[in-house]
Amino acid sequence: MEPQYQNLYDILANSQGYIFPNEIDLQWGILIVVYPFITGLVAGAFILASLERVFKVKILKPTYQIALLTALSFLLVATMPLISHLSQPQRAYEIMITPHSSSAMAIFGFVYLWYLAVVLLLEIWFDYRHSMVVWSNEKKGVMKWVYKILTLGVSDISPQALKWDRKLGYIITVVGIPSAFILHGYVGFIFGSIKANPWWSTPLMPIIFLFSAMVSGISLVLLVYMIISYFRKKTIDLNVLDAIGKYLFFVLILDFTLEALDQIHRIYVAEESFEIIKLLVSGKLYLTLFISQGLVGTLIPLITLAFLQFYKHKIKVRKTMYFIVGILVLIGVYSMRWNVVIGGQLFSKSFSGFTSFKLGLIGLDGTLMAAFWLILPIGILTFLLWLLPPWKMVDEEE
Amino acid sequence: MSQSASTMGNEKIGSSRRKFLKSAVTLAGATIGYTWLKSSQILIFAAEPKDETLPWYGIAIDIEKCIGCGSCAKACKNENDVPKEPFFFRNWVEQYTVKNDGTVDIVSPNGGIDGFVQRVPDEDIFKSFFLPKMCNHCAKSPCEQVCPVGATFLSPEGVVLVDEKYCIGCRYCVQACPYGCRFIHPVKKVANKCTLCYHRLKKNLAPACMEVCPTGARMYGNLRDKQGPLVKFLKEHTTQVLRPNLNTGAKLYYNALSSEAR
Repeated sequence: MEPQYQNLYDILANSQGYIFPNEIDLQWGILIVVYPFITGLVAGAFILASLERVFKVKILKPTYQIALLTALSFLLVATMPLISHLSQPQRAYEIMITPHSSSAMAIFGFVYLWYLAVVLLLEIWFDYRHSMVVWSNEKKGVMKWVYKILTLGVSDISPQALKWDRKLGYIITVVGIPSAFILHGYVGFIFGSIKANPWWSTPLMPIIFLFSAMVSGISLVLLVYMIISYFRKKTIDLNVLDAIGKYLFFVLILDFTLEALDQIHRIYVAEESFEIIKLLVSGKLYLTLFISQGLVGTLIPLITLAFLQFYKHKIKVRKTMYFIVGILVLIGVYSMRWNVVIGGQLFSKSFSGFTSFKLGLIGLDGTLMAAFWLILPIGILTFLLWLLPPWKMVDEEE
Repeated sequence: MSQSASTMGNEKIGSSRRKFLKSAVTLAGATIGYTWLKSSQILIFAAEPKDETLPWYGIAIDIEKCIGCGSCAKACKNENDVPKEPFFFRNWVEQYTVKNDGTVDIVSPNGGIDGFVQRVPDEDIFKSFFLPKMCNHCAKSPCEQVCPVGATFLSPEGVVLVDEKYCIGCRYCVQACPYGCRFIHPVKKVANKCTLCYHRLKKNLAPACMEVCPTGARMYGNLRDKQGPLVKFLKEHTTQVLRPNLNTGAKLYYNALSSEAR
């Protein structure tokens, strides 16, 4: 027996009931769990940023640039788990050169590039141009040139030019909102459109992905804002936390309702796949679905956030509660991605049995690799915050 | 603008220009609409045979004739260089045993290559049958639809194939196949599946699994040839495809398919 197959023999020995012989090898591992998690964070963070810009929620101003830079940091990494899970990563470019028009996956490259180049980079550029021009004049040595290059040579900071920056930035944000919706709704569609898999195949999938994306992105920005304030030794503005918390609360309610609707519908119509899915959620997914996603990631945060709408006393307690809620929600959304991606592959398409998933530590598809793709954006964000510190931006009178 | 046109006595020209613009827009709209409609038709019926001179292949399996010897699965592995480990099959046989209590026992040890042993005691058996599986060569195949680069395609003869030099190994097709007929080749690292022995068909030879079947339970043929043996078989038997609800346009027709089969 060749050692490369040992893992598969172990899984075969642990399979339950009947699964098609080709199903023993699970196709999508932890990297495909990480991928929708990361894109969700991007879309969610961007939508929070646009709240401030388009809907003029002034209270969120301190989080505006943080949210944009967070979105960019994660977006830069978003494709990496996808590419590194391919069996032929060197051919990944084919998806851009010869996309197959009927494939949901083929469009990802274009949606991604649109979002990265047209929406995020441009918006951040317009937003920072004034400051970058000023910084390039103030700094000495290499940094002077770095900022000069970043302005792309557009150094006009006349009131007229700055007015245009604001105007164009606004237009891009308006375009960006549907783009963010498309980016993540589309990721949901990749799963939702697979009719062979009853756990995935639901038209609600893009909407569920979108709302869970918003939930996770908002939580991440909340956490990043708190952590940045801590390192900068600045007081956290509780009004900002309350405002983010309120949005988080409402979006979480919507998210919970949609997911509950999906499950209730499944239970009520009880189609051919119902028995196997019932076994799946009460067995292999029990911990990650009911405990991690449902209780820890949804119900506890919901109750806490509801409580925080009324409880206005001890400031320190409230801050701690917001911080914990942020973490719990992220755990919940990560579990949701796990339940969709891994859960959908654990049961056989014969609806008669289960395979099992053995998560490795090392290797291209292991835990360490997944952790790397999750930590890297945090490193990028730290760098971007150093390069483009929102708190040092030139104040503009609007 | 219309005012200035009328004061200049150009009303007629203005209105004819409007007319022209109107018809131009209508024409453009209709063209775009038609193109869209046409392309979506192509999308839905991508598999509609184009070349009338070529055969349009279909398969029939007579469950009543299958004895579960597993020769087909074995021959397939040998012919197509499929790894011998029991995780990769282009072709396999399942044994269904419906018990008296209504439960169904399904097994396919090593794809049936080593034969079967009935593990349910005789007195508990309501009925039992063998179900050979292979690619259904769907006319509206979900695997072909989802391939992001078009490495999976439908040949003009209606055979679903994979371009091994082109597949990026995203595994989306494996997820999309409702029949579990695809796998990632552990050595080639690309999607792999039944080709209906396309290399043999081109030489007018039968697919390996059909060549070796001792009872003649499997047949392939040209669905376009209304006098041919396959169409004759379909006419004379009550056949069914697997998962008809998924509308995959499966071209693998089973005779005497029991309702328990999935």
